[in-house]
Amino acid sequence: MAENKIFAGGEFLITDIAPEEVFTPEDFTDEHKMILETAKDFVEKEIVPNIDDLEEKNPELVGSLLAKAGELGLLGTDVPEEFGGLGLDKVSTTIVAEGMGPAASFGVVYGAHTGIGSLPIVYFGNEEQKAKYLPKLASGEWCGAYCLTEPGAGTDALNAKTKAVLSDDGKHYILNGEKMFITNAGWADTFIVYAKVDGEQFTGFIVEKDFPGVSTGKEEKKMGMHGSSTRPVILEDAQVPVENVLFEVGKGHKIAFNILNIGRWKLGASAVGGCKACVTEAVKYANGRLQFKVPISSFGMIKTKLADMAIKTYMSDSMMYRLAGMFDNKLAVLDVAAKKSGEENAKTIEEYAPECSITKVYGSEALDYCVDEYVQILGGYGFCAEYPAERYYRDSRINRIWEGTNEINRMLVPGTMMRRALQGRLNLLPAAQAISKELMTYSPLSVQLPDTPLALQEHMVKMSKKIALMVAGVAAQKFGQNLAKEQEVLAKVAEIVIEIFAMESGLLRTLKIIEKEGEEKAKYQIKAVKAYVNDMVPQMENWAKEVIAYVEEGDMLRTQLAGIKKLARYQPIDAITLKREIADRIIELESYPF
Amino acid sequence: MNIVVCLKQVPDTETQIKIGPDNKSIVTDDIKWVINPYDEFGVEEALQLKEKFGGEVTVVGMGPKRVTESIRTALAMGADKGILITDDALEGSDSLATAKALAAVLKDLEYDLIFTGQRGVDDDMGVVGPALAELLGIPNLSLIVKVEAAEDGKSVKVNRPVEGETLVIESSLPALITAQKGLNEPRYASLPGIMKAKKKPLEEKTLGDLGLDAAQFGEGARKLKILEMTPPPERAAGKIVEGETPQEKAAELAKLLHEEAKVF
Ligand SMILES: Cc1cc2nc3c(=O)[nH]c(=O)nc-3n(C[C@H](O)[C@H](O)[C@H](O)COP(=O)(O)OP(=O)(O)OC[C@H]3O[C@@H](n4cnc5c(N)ncnc54)[C@H](O)[C@@H]3O)c2cc1C
Repeated sequence: MAENKIFAGGEFLITDIAPEEVFTPEDFTDEHKMILETAKDFVEKEIVPNIDDLEEKNPELVGSLLAKAGELGLLGTDVPEEFGGLGLDKVSTTIVAEGMGPAASFGVVYGAHTGIGSLPIVYFGNEEQKAKYLPKLASGEWCGAYCLTEPGAGTDALNAKTKAVLSDDGKHYILNGEKMFITNAGWADTFIVYAKVDGEQFTGFIVEKDFPGVSTGKEEKKMGMHGSSTRPVILEDAQVPVENVLFEVGKGHKIAFNILNIGRWKLGASAVGGCKACVTEAVKYANGRLQFKVPISSFGMIKTKLADMAIKTYMSDSMMYRLAGMFDNKLAVLDVAAKKSGEENAKTIEEYAPECSITKVYGSEALDYCVDEYVQILGGYGFCAEYPAERYYRDSRINRIWEGTNEINRMLVPGTMMRRALQGRLNLLPAAQAISKELMTYSPLSVQLPDTPLALQEHMVKMSKKIALMVAGVAAQKFGQNLAKEQEVLAKVAEIVIEIFAMESGLLRTLKIIEKEGEEKAKYQIKAVKAYVNDMVPQMENWAKEVIAYVEEGDMLRTQLAGIKKLARYQPIDAITLKREIADRIIELESYPF
Repeated sequence: MNIVVCLKQVPDTETQIKIGPDNKSIVTDDIKWVINPYDEFGVEEALQLKEKFGGEVTVVGMGPKRVTESIRTALAMGADKGILITDDALEGSDSLATAKALAAVLKDLEYDLIFTGQRGVDDDMGVVGPALAELLGIPNLSLIVKVEAAEDGKSVKVNRPVEGETLVIESSLPALITAQKGLNEPRYASLPGIMKAKKKPLEEKTLGDLGLDAAQFGEGARKLKILEMTPPPERAAGKIVEGETPQEKAAELAKLLHEEAKVF
């Protein structure tokens, strides 16, 4: 088990973290393993054979599968026991989300229902609301939806126009407005709706589909996720009892953003499930498909694809469970958390906002990378609907858009961290200052690395953190309060920080396997970390230089560039062979290898 | 009705099996272990009978510690308690020795019915069930696809498929049934079941605990020796029949079927 050290959000950037301080999939308990088996079995036996029917948007089938999932407890991992759920740890929730990864559109139905559809009540509902709604949601008798987006309020969610006005008798809020792109709208029983009380105070409401004045519009015709329902939700003098105000009037933003935080990392977890399926499906095809009289998996370029898919998946997987472990340490188990006030829950979840954005961006982009190469490995067959690759490719795309676009999540990573630095919550500034001092005397040539399997990679992760701090420091100094307007700069910083969390998560996990089971057992993981760090270091250096070149000029430019060069000094290793070896392992096992 | 289910842990049928350098065993490194599918039918049937008649379902497994994971899965499906016979001296035991060890556990248990799988999907011996029945002196009902227990819980009627027909057998209890595919559709381990299983008793027993002599177990005591394991032959590549026209191709195909494949 991971040691229960509680890290602050974003702290990884300034702290050296030990392998025993992170949770990894190798730390799964017997229960965790069984939960994974059940989730996978459910998808394999109940969902996959029904995918063609599900793609036709079949509400009865969705309803019966949701009920079945409820019976198995798959909808209740986050719901406290007293309200019909199981109140499990976040690792268990992550496991179920991962298991649902290959469930195509049903994964979306499930994700929206258990995540944004149910969690607002779990974390912010009062006892009566929990007792009334959670048992039905956890059993799958009812389906949940979440209505934040509006035609004019997408990324800028707080710009909502939907209005709530208290009725004359004080018994109802009367809601008017239109919500856009609402997942599960076609078959949902409850909607978490955000509206502004008197046009000002952003507030969450629990709205039932049968409340007077609630209706849904036409189904969207979508690129992917055809089996999910996406419709506008229309509120015309909708009558919502005052008891159905969620949390407090004027505190809707706390619900909205914190629920999105959790949604972001659950999305990442489910993307990992998709990535693993892509690797396995792609290698099975590549082993069977002959061209030039040999399996295409014997070609070097196909091997590189398989290896890169698996390596990114390994990093993504390591990140998701690391974050799950961080949440578990902080939340303890959820049925305890659920008794806490909404205010406390909001604070706890908000802590890891940077990590949630990081896992969302990385997870969705790793999946997009994998589905793209999956199609490519199948050639023309990958483009045809007869094979699942085509659906995977279309389905994956939405993940970079919802739960906050990857652009806004990229802005949030350095944005949140720098805001905390200014508030004195995160000691970024002293750390950045220390680096400029250190640089004057630092010589990469005099660095002596210990003779351990990943010493160079540990060193480069440390150096990458310094690069991130240096670049962020330079930018902060130059732009001060106006930094928020320098999106291109922030995006590069985000890129660096995201990759640090990725490299470090894979690295720490691998070091932990080495410690526990020896180097031999970690053989392929070691290769993956080496190859990945080898790919990333030059990229980091480049991102950093781009920022410096924009920010500085003259002597300062030369000095700072020299500093980056020193920090990023790295002699490339033979990653071609490493990737070939990883690919050969994938080819031998005919599955995702880690 | 008290029921005992004997459970073996076997490599997942999806696992790529590799033969070890000794040519007599398999490489166990990358193997994912699961409950023998035929034993899983036994667990399901036992649970269904328990739901109807009450009583307890006990799962008995044998092997290294990792077998606890499979026993826990059966507990998560709904069985009440588990027993694992585990002892270094058991390594390499043959089916008869396995049956002896199981019999030693069973003699201390109260049971009306015992389920085993009709065979293990790993080595396909199909001996443990009948041998166990013999050692316990109870009727053995092999390859069963349907079980009907009498209302008073004192006898069973079971079906065995025979050459497309059905043989219906009635037996007094206690009896041993070996489960065949078709008996039922095993349930999933539900999440509440998994959490409950954590608190269910799972006892470990060594040969010493069972009063057994280690010399009768393990590799040295085998009555059957494995001489060699060979992988299945690689499937030959398919052949594309050449020819300009469909008529030519058909003629060529007929010729090949006659001369090479010799199907007529
Ligand atoms: C299939 C589907 C299901 C959905 N389900 C739900 C649901 O259940 N509930 C719900 O509430 N919403 C849902 N959404 C809405 C989704 O969350 C939004 O589409 C998303 O937040 C983006 O908003 P938008 O579409 O208005 O795009 P816009 O906000 O208009 O963005 C357009 C582009 O501009 C960029 N952009 C916007 N602001 C900035 C900025 N400040 N800096 C840099 N770039 C910026 C964006 O990144 C994007 O690339 C769903 C959407 C889809 C397509």
